[in-house]
Amino acid sequence: MNFSEVFKQSNQLCKVSPDGKYLATCVQYRLVVRDMSTLQILQLYTCLDQISHMEWSSDSLYILCAMYKRGLIQVWSLEQPDWHCKIDEGSIGLVSSRWSPDGRHILNTTEFHLRITVWSLCTKAVSYIKYPKACQKGLDFSRDGCYMALAERRDCKDYISVFVCDDWHLLRHFETETQDLAGLEWSPNGCVLAVWDSCLEYKVLLYSLDGRLLSTFSAYEWSLGVKSVTWSPSSQFLAIGSYDEKVRILNHITWKKIAQFEHLGTINNTKAVVYKEVERKTAVCSDDLSLHNITIGSTLFNTQSKYEICPLPVQIPVVKPDPDRANPKIGVSFMAFSSDSHYLATRNDNMASVVWVWDMQKMSLEAVLEQTSTVRCVQWDPRRPRLALCTANSKLYLWSPAGCVSVQVPSEGGFQVLSLNWHCSGDSLILLGKEQLCLCYMDTDQEDK
Amino acid sequence: MPESSLVKDIHSNECGAAPSRQYSQSLPLHRSSYLLGTFCTEQNVQECLSHISQEVSSLGLPPAWKDSAGSSQLNVVAVLNCMYDLIQLHRKGLRTLENMEVEQLKLSSNVDYLQFTSTRLKEQLEISKRENTGLLERERQLQMKVKSLQNCLKNEKEEVQKLQNVIASRASQYNHEMKRKEREFNKLKERLNQLLIDKKEKKQAIDVLNSIGRADGKRSLWKTEKTEAKHEGEMYKTILSDYDTRQRELMLENAELRKVLQHMKKDIVSILGSKKLTTKGEKPDDGCLQADSEEEDEVFNSSMESVELSCVHVREKLTNSIRLQWRRLKSHVERLDSQASVAQMGENENSDAVTRETDKEEMDRLKLEIQQCKNFIQTQQQLLQQLSSPCDEETASLLSNCYMLQEKDRLRDEWKTLEEQRKIFERERRNFTEAAIRLSCERKTFEEDRAMWLKHQFLKFSPFEESKKFQMSKSKSAFLISESQVGSGSTTDMLIRRPSDTTSPTHCVPLATTDLHCTPSTSSTKPKRNTEHEEGLMLCNGNSCNGHAPLQWNKSEDHSSHTQEINSSL
Repeated sequence: MNFSEVFKQSNQLCKVSPDGKYLATCVQYRLVVRDMSTLQILQLYTCLDQISHMEWSSDSLYILCAMYKRGLIQVWSLEQPDWHCKIDEGSIGLVSSRWSPDGRHILNTTEFHLRITVWSLCTKAVSYIKYPKACQKGLDFSRDGCYMALAERRDCKDYISVFVCDDWHLLRHFETETQDLAGLEWSPNGCVLAVWDSCLEYKVLLYSLDGRLLSTFSAYEWSLGVKSVTWSPSSQFLAIGSYDEKVRILNHITWKKIAQFEHLGTINNTKAVVYKEVERKTAVCSDDLSLHNITIGSTLFNTQSKYEICPLPVQIPVVKPDPDRANPKIGVSFMAFSSDSHYLATRNDNMASVVWVWDMQKMSLEAVLEQTSTVRCVQWDPRRPRLALCTANSKLYLWSPAGCVSVQVPSEGGFQVLSLNWHCSGDSLILLGKEQLCLCYMDTDQEDK
Repeated sequence: MPESSLVKDIHSNECGAAPSRQYSQSLPLHRSSYLLGTFCTEQNVQECLSHISQEVSSLGLPPAWKDSAGSSQLNVVAVLNCMYDLIQLHRKGLRTLENMEVEQLKLSSNVDYLQFTSTRLKEQLEISKRENTGLLERERQLQMKVKSLQNCLKNEKEEVQKLQNVIASRASQYNHEMKRKEREFNKLKERLNQLLIDKKEKKQAIDVLNSIGRADGKRSLWKTEKTEAKHEGEMYKTILSDYDTRQRELMLENAELRKVLQHMKKDIVSILGSKKLTTKGEKPDDGCLQADSEEEDEVFNSSMESVELSCVHVREKLTNSIRLQWRRLKSHVERLDSQASVAQMGENENSDAVTRETDKEEMDRLKLEIQQCKNFIQTQQQLLQQLSSPCDEETASLLSNCYMLQEKDRLRDEWKTLEEQRKIFERERRNFTEAAIRLSCERKTFEEDRAMWLKHQFLKFSPFEESKKFQMSKSKSAFLISESQVGSGSTTDMLIRRPSDTTSPTHCVPLATTDLHCTPSTSSTKPKRNTEHEEGLMLCNGNSCNGHAPLQWNKSEDHSSHTQEINSSL
């Protein structure tokens, strides 16, 4: 495993182009585009204000830089560095901005979610979409980029509008049976839309592409409900994570629950492997305690850590959430399927330092990774069943069915890994710290324990 | 005389034990009502007297009379007193008897009464015991009820608590949402105020250097009904294709599962079919045989009509038949199990006979096999032992070397051939060296002859004969030394040593050339020539001798032709 040198970035804005050739990072108000293989700076663009959001277009030719405070968007072209485009939302403000799947339209959500403005870069035309809903996930594009589903709220009722992304023609507009729609997501095959209600009511509705209600799923009443929903890449399973610390899996044929995964505080009686991160402070002899070493700091305070396999039964550290606060830190908020739909990684918020990996073929627990501190980011390798996670220390953790490994990120100033992204080829990882970023190149061999 | 005998009896009775006296007395008293006056007769007065006095004294009364000798005069007073005492005694006795009878009556009535009360009390006790157990039972039941009610209460409390928690969380969630909405509302109000105050409104604007083309390169179309219809069509197409793929997958899965079921059915049928021959006379089997034949037909039929298997009816039939067969198989296996357990216990039933026989046959066969294997193993062991046991040295050495003998022979032969070859090579080399030596000698002689000849020739023309001769010999000797040095090896060395001597193919004739060199150049400076000559000699040894004289031995001859010449010259 090789690590590149450390580069500057701000705002955790660092994205790889969809074709995997370029790496774009934001440093304050500058946009830096590097070549992925050599990390040489290819282009440097300067924006008018600090960049809040940055996004590649789907054909990797254009980059969108949004400055929410100023209400400005600037689009840069990779092929023609002289080309410029500036969209000013004026006094109406800007809350979020994104590309359309064809890479030629920009959708801006104004302040207070008053409307969504669709700017066309081909014709400079503008269109408006009224009454978008401000919720957890109110807008979703289907994976093939043909359709867009938007949640709307009019007269205290929830609606969904399905648009054709070609010409923004409104295909379907129907009311949903939710109290307060919290989010929607297309299935990867683009034929089913999963819609879920807010946490006050457990309700997941499944609509087909043409607006027919296929099925409703509700596991229980009254207690806090759905926290997160995710599709498996094969569209076979829909995983629903809820506040009762359970994940329920629905199948795509009958839309009924086929499995339920519980996150218990004590693990026993499973065939799962429990990995526990164990830290070992490196022994420092008095000779090393020179001023030089202390100022460098990293080697002195770096702790070695490795994984140990714990024998069952295992107690998981549980943090009870404050009962009086809203949106309590309990329940399954993060779920992700591996690219072959073989594994599901979950995280229960009151066991925040533990990542659970479930085997979808056996419908049972495969592995449990217990870290020393809260897990910040978990990502699957886009090509193979390999999981990378970080816990805001200077280490990178990798899990694969063969085993688990913890790697120290080499850097002088102490690099805290706050989030990570895989490259689309699965050969390298981009590690983001507070103000820095670092690339990690994987070996082609397997890791061992 | 019966009376006397009676008297004797009385006597004998009276002479008996004292305690029985009363009874015995009462008897005779009773009888004595008939026998009054018969006790004493005139004959036995004295005896009677003495007897009576004894009796009286034994009763404790004063003696009635003194025994005066032979006087039959009775003391009437004494006798009357005695009689009176006796009557008193009698009366007392009667009185006590009466009292005692009364007492006895009383006691018996007491006893009756007590018995009666005791039975009554026992009954009461029984009743109260039963009541007690009943009450205990009731108490226990009530306690159980109390416990269950307490549990219910606990559960209800827990549920209430949970619901309260739920309500609390929902309330906090609602409050949170409310506050969020209020905050947003306030922001909106502020913004509205700001907009109302702000006169100059910043409008939305887009500023692009130049429009860029569409991603797919096509021109955008106007929104018309046709495009709308096209979009609808495409949407339905995607939905339909998705359903198609799903249906295909499900069909494949179904077909596979159906195949598996059919295989299972065939297997079960075959298993049951083979077993049917062994088991006899069971009622369900008979009924099943017919059904089985039906089933078999069905199996073959359904394999033919695989297309129609999607029909619900056929599917149900298949699953039902599989279930039936499976049940039969299960019952059969259970039966076999029970039979096996029974057979172990050693009972002899008809239905067991066949299975036992087959078991026996199997056992015998297996035993035979085991025996054979054992024999085989034994023979192998013996052979191994023979092999491993220490035999006499000859055979041992033979055995140890037997594999090597052939190799050794081969190697020996090869060695022999190699030795022969080596000898041959040695011989040849010796020959070559001898030849080389001879050759050098011959050459030497040849050179000498030639030199002589040339000298003669030269001396014909030049005056410096003597000195020339001397130098010639010197040079020659130098050359000879060098040549001997060179020629000790094979002749090919010389060939190799002159790589740069390209122009002169004459390799082994440096002597000749230099000799030739020196002869024409003597016309010029003489003393210099000597050094030159020597230099030339040196040079010719090492490098090319091209630089010296144009006179070269231009004949492109090889060694053999040169020797030929020499030979011819000699």
